[in-house]
Amino acid sequence: MAAADILGAAMLAALVFYVLLGGADFGGGIWDLLASGPRAREQRAAIEHAIGPIWEANHVWLILVIVVLFTGFPPAFAAISIALFVPLVLLLVGIVLRGAAFTFRVYHAGNAPMQSAWGVAFSVSSVLAPLALGASVGALASGRLRLQPGSGGVPEGGWFAWLAPFPLAIGVYAAALFALVAAAYLAVETEGALREDFRKRAIGAAVAVFLAAAVALGLSWLEAPIVFEGLTRRGWSLPFHLATGAAAVLAFWALATRRVRLARAAVVAQAALIVAGWGASQYPFIVVPDVTLASASAPARTQHLLILALAGGSLLLFPCLYLLFRVFKGQRAFSMIDRRPRAG
Amino acid sequence: MSDLLYARWLMGTSLAFHIVFAAVGVAMPLFMVLAEWRWRRTGDPVWEDLARRWAKGTAILFAVGAVSGTVISFELGLLWPRFMALAGPIIGMPFSLEGFAFFTEAIFLGIYLYGWERVSPRLHLASGAVVAASGAASAFFVTLANAWMNRPAGFDLVDGAATGIDPIVAMFPPGWAHEVVHVVLSCYVATAFAVAGIHAWALRRDPVNRFHRAALAVVLSVGAVAALLQPLSGDFSARQIAATQPVKLAALEGHFHTERGAPLRIGGIPDVEAAETRFAIEIPFGLSILAFHDPRAEVKGLLDFPRDVWPPVLPVHFAFQVMVGLGTLLAAVAVLFLVLAWRGGWKVPTDRRFLLAVAISAPAGFLALEAGWLVTELGRQPYTAWGVLRTAQAVTPVPNLAAPFWIFTSIYLFLGVVVIALLRAQIAHAPASPDAAAAARGEGA
Repeated sequence: MAAADILGAAMLAALVFYVLLGGADFGGGIWDLLASGPRAREQRAAIEHAIGPIWEANHVWLILVIVVLFTGFPPAFAAISIALFVPLVLLLVGIVLRGAAFTFRVYHAGNAPMQSAWGVAFSVSSVLAPLALGASVGALASGRLRLQPGSGGVPEGGWFAWLAPFPLAIGVYAAALFALVAAAYLAVETEGALREDFRKRAIGAAVAVFLAAAVALGLSWLEAPIVFEGLTRRGWSLPFHLATGAAAVLAFWALATRRVRLARAAVVAQAALIVAGWGASQYPFIVVPDVTLASASAPARTQHLLILALAGGSLLLFPCLYLLFRVFKGQRAFSMIDRRPRAG
Repeated sequence: MSDLLYARWLMGTSLAFHIVFAAVGVAMPLFMVLAEWRWRRTGDPVWEDLARRWAKGTAILFAVGAVSGTVISFELGLLWPRFMALAGPIIGMPFSLEGFAFFTEAIFLGIYLYGWERVSPRLHLASGAVVAASGAASAFFVTLANAWMNRPAGFDLVDGAATGIDPIVAMFPPGWAHEVVHVVLSCYVATAFAVAGIHAWALRRDPVNRFHRAALAVVLSVGAVAALLQPLSGDFSARQIAATQPVKLAALEGHFHTERGAPLRIGGIPDVEAAETRFAIEIPFGLSILAFHDPRAEVKGLLDFPRDVWPPVLPVHFAFQVMVGLGTLLAAVAVLFLVLAWRGGWKVPTDRRFLLAVAISAPAGFLALEAGWLVTELGRQPYTAWGVLRTAQAVTPVPNLAAPFWIFTSIYLFLGVVVIALLRAQIAHAPASPDAAAAARGEGA
């Protein structure tokens, strides 16, 4: 395996973690926006409780992706930064407002009007960020960003080339997926009626993810031929789709039968497979169809050192992350086994 | 304004904003850990109260620092894609390592802030120590990248492209040591004096308040040591900059003519057209001594370099005077603190004039830090990577950069106002009487 492929896989893995962890934080914000019913306040409190200690760490996965991209594949970073300037600025606005508003809300305890104002900022920016991130990813996959040499990096379709049905559908897909992941986690982390609230929301989000996936697949046939071909005609595509579909069906079943821990595990598998499937289907392109892992590669020495740094860093990172989740997510932080409540 | 100028203003505004929160993120965890450590040792609830309150302030400031730092990591590409295409593979190493330092910082800050009742005292204290250490490590790594921009190394430039890249050599370019030391110290000085000013002001109203005395003891002990080390580090910087960045040295000193036994100019207004610095107090041989530790040493003047590699001399010289002036002021306050503390039997001085001096010098550290940052960034112009890539060549082709500039500037202004309001509210709730902390917890007064 070439160094570029290893780094490509590392970026994809970091993105999977970002979706599973940072995505869930954005999903929490989406449920904050959609909090309703007699327990709306409790729903918001549960979301705040779940996100508080971990969102800053979860957010670093995105920075890691950016750093690997500009160190390992610098021309790709430059090309993406130019062609996706507008959605990336929107993503940043969402990230800044989400993080700041969340913290301000926590520390405005006791001031109800301020808290609700920050709540609105927190939840609205939690919708904006996944839409912008998904649209950026969709644009990379779509083949709409044509970067001809000599154009100075200006994409052929102009600064709004990303603004098309397929990328926007991916934006909605991302938001739905983040909402699903968040609801599945929250169902495990709450109890009683609140758990029912999030379980039902998870079922709703699972339906939304299914619809968004169907729309995205349809649009990819029209708008993103390379990815569509990757999704449908490669040797691994069928087993991959079967696995993703099996995870989705298992998640539905577990949610319907109130097995929330199993549902969480299935949703994690489903989300990870979706992101990995996107990466695999556009391999070896970073920006379809003009920038590949190989064409954008930094010199070998840089890539080798970067792999070493990532490997060493991971040895430090994963035990620390384990500790973090162990401290804040209870005794059986990662268990997927649903114990029956004891009778009597 | 041109798009290039908007790009520079946006980057500058983002960094000027972020740098405050980043510095706080380096120093504040040390203070809160020291307070908690005292509490665990002595059992005195004043220290616990202090650690918890500082932790709250740190949480607010760190969150803003984390998100504004994310903006900068993207802006490197959004505003300077051609710089990143060239420099990414050369200086990606410190950024990657900084990423992991930031990971540990965020993880253990989460454990620290939310784990008071969840983890053992030992793990809690250790988490705080890890936050403090990884904050300093982040500053260390990110400053290495800036040092490379000031004095690029570790590659050969062939037809505008970098070849023979050695990321390890690039990670430690000539002059890295002084900049790293100076930056890390500045975080402690700036934060310590800002926090000290707040508590000193409160002590003026309530001189027997043990809470504020305890706070002042921690921050001024660290701050005084850092403020006294900073001039030494500045001397080291002067020599390294003389050796590695002679144009910057000439600009920041307002030094136009190459000469032996060059004088040190304090204040003054550099006149670029006339190639002289007017109205300065000149200390004979001063610059030669500072730059080379030799009164007869030759110091290169700006006129020895082509006009098109001069940085903007007036603002660089002015910012440098501000930095040195304020740094000297803080060193003087540090000496005053140590003398008063020593004469008072190593107790926190509560002399009203001393407290006033500390309160007045509260903003000096951060002003000096911003001025120093301007010196190094403006002093590197017209280059993004000195001698390799001009800022005008590095900028993005994206038009209408006024829009993102105003969007982010308004966000920063808004966040700045909110943070100040939140911190004011936190400070206003500080215990008013000496034993309020203990009384509030029902531990007796």
